[in-house]
Amino acid sequence: MNIIVCIKQVPDTNEVKINPQTGTLIREGVPTIMNHDDKHALIEAVKLKGNGKVTVLSMGPPQAEETLREALALGADEAILLSDRAFAGSDTWATANAIGAAIKTIGKYDLLLFGRQAIDGDTAQVGPQTAELLGIPQITYAQKITADGNKVKVERQMEEGYEILESPLPCLITCMSELNQIEYPSLKGIREAYRNKEVKVWSAKDIGVDPTKVGLLSSPTSVKKSFTPPAKGQGQMIKGTSKEVAKNIIKMLKERELVGGF
Amino acid sequence: MNFDFTPEQLAIKKMITEFANSEVKPFAQDIDHEEIFPEIQIKKLAKLGIMGMSIPEKYGGTGLDNVSQTIIMEELSRACSSTAVTMGAHTSLTCYPLVNHGTEDQKQRFLPKLASGEYLGAFALTEPNAGSDAVNVQTTAVKDGDGYIINGNKIFITNGGKADLINFVATTDRSKKHHGLSIFTIETKNAKGFSIGKKEDKLGLRGSNTQELIFQDMYVPKENLVGGIEGDGFKIAMGVFNSGRIGIGVQGIGIAQAAFDECLKYVKEREQFGRKLHKFQAIQFMLADMATKIEAARMLCYRAAHIKDMGRNYIKAAAMAKLYGSDIAMEVTRQAIQIHGGYGYIKDYPLERFYRDAKITEIYEGTSEIQKLVIAAELLGRGF
Repeated sequence: MNIIVCIKQVPDTNEVKINPQTGTLIREGVPTIMNHDDKHALIEAVKLKGNGKVTVLSMGPPQAEETLREALALGADEAILLSDRAFAGSDTWATANAIGAAIKTIGKYDLLLFGRQAIDGDTAQVGPQTAELLGIPQITYAQKITADGNKVKVERQMEEGYEILESPLPCLITCMSELNQIEYPSLKGIREAYRNKEVKVWSAKDIGVDPTKVGLLSSPTSVKKSFTPPAKGQGQMIKGTSKEVAKNIIKMLKERELVGGF
Repeated sequence: MNFDFTPEQLAIKKMITEFANSEVKPFAQDIDHEEIFPEIQIKKLAKLGIMGMSIPEKYGGTGLDNVSQTIIMEELSRACSSTAVTMGAHTSLTCYPLVNHGTEDQKQRFLPKLASGEYLGAFALTEPNAGSDAVNVQTTAVKDGDGYIINGNKIFITNGGKADLINFVATTDRSKKHHGLSIFTIETKNAKGFSIGKKEDKLGLRGSNTQELIFQDMYVPKENLVGGIEGDGFKIAMGVFNSGRIGIGVQGIGIAQAAFDECLKYVKEREQFGRKLHKFQAIQFMLADMATKIEAARMLCYRAAHIKDMGRNYIKAAAMAKLYGSDIAMEVTRQAIQIHGGYGYIKDYPLERFYRDAKITEIYEGTSEIQKLVIAAELLGRGF
């Protein structure tokens, strides 16, 4: 099975600090990582590929090559980086336009895997938008994927429980961390990635995308303001036996007129 | 002059840092307090190719350069030095004699199993009366037909009670002193006459296995005399220690860095006299000194690894790296406890573990005093 996995390099949010004056993220000097959900999508792709090929695709600045090399070290066969000033500032719609054009340029594929969402933007939109653009079926929030001949069976995570969906190929699936255990690139994988594999860099021209559909100016959405929500106040500890605590909570909720009818 | 790691070394650093933080560090306290041998961690390291990092690809290893091996040792030591030394005794001490001096037959028989992690290795030199005075090895190897009969015992052997393969030093001719020493390899599961003795109860590295080995009329075929030549043992053992010293130096740095990282967190949280600790200049000075010393020691270690990678004589550089790396490990972990006050002294926090773990770096693979002798000999010439 030939699989294309779309991955994103994101700032390690464990290390991100907020500028208290401007309320924006301080990105300088913050280590970057492969977005977690994307890594799970990649690990799944390597398991599913069989005799096929896994191609990783990313859009970002030239530094994103490091993340693509990590993907190669984890077992991807080919890597493509969409890097061009024309893409800068793209929102999810513009990003999907670039990704979609790149996927058309790659050509044949059976499966497209995306992470559910990126930890920096949390939109969960680029995967579904790309599926719409390409006119293929999509299944989101996958927690289990089984390939079966010309179709896939997917457990789709719900608020409580999951549903089982089936789709013909090609299709697009967005992946959850529950799919598999995290893996680390082996020393052999790292050596292969840096010595014997290539990261191709494609520009807007290389993928023949309409320049009015990518980049900041073409993006229909824009960030109006970023801010840090005020810290939550101290919680109140209610002590006692379970019964006493429950009684107390009900009393307090009633006092605040949050519940009634007891 | 270039102080930067290569992109490949950076990728290795990133991988081992993430691995150490997620798969090793969370278990380090239990490994120490409950004396749990880090078998699970070692299996995971093997899967990543790390147990074979000193073995050439030709024999199933991953053949890493010394700078990369040093990176891995530092990061693992930062997370859990019991795990780090269990790995180091295998990748450095055990593999070195076979990789550098083994016959082709020995390399083919033993290295693939050591590289994959199927075998865990140990190296045994120390005896009750032979430590720093390595020449005084009492374990004898007496020629008997197509092999040797071994009698003697070894103490303080890292991985001794867990190893599948042991390289040990014995004397084939006492009259020749150090020229009479030889190294032999045994596979423990079918070594008749081999048994393990007392397991040591140690100050630090409590998760690592340190055990006595007993050889009683143990037969070793001549094919297992490392290198196939009697009398090469001392030379090989000195090579083992020269090389291993870089690893112990950087182990000290890993421990010191771990202690320092805890301090940096703590001083921003802890308040005394109405101010956070980091607002006090006395604390700032301590932090500045600690960080500077860690960095200086780190430079010595990576420089020694680089010199070794370049194929030049690294004996002095490695001894300096080990001497200073272990020295600052003690100093930084002591200061780290001081900064934490009472919290540094109790077992709920890892500071006391770092302090206990640091001490051994001044002792094993050549005490600090031996390092000074090595450095002096290199400065003054061997015959001074």
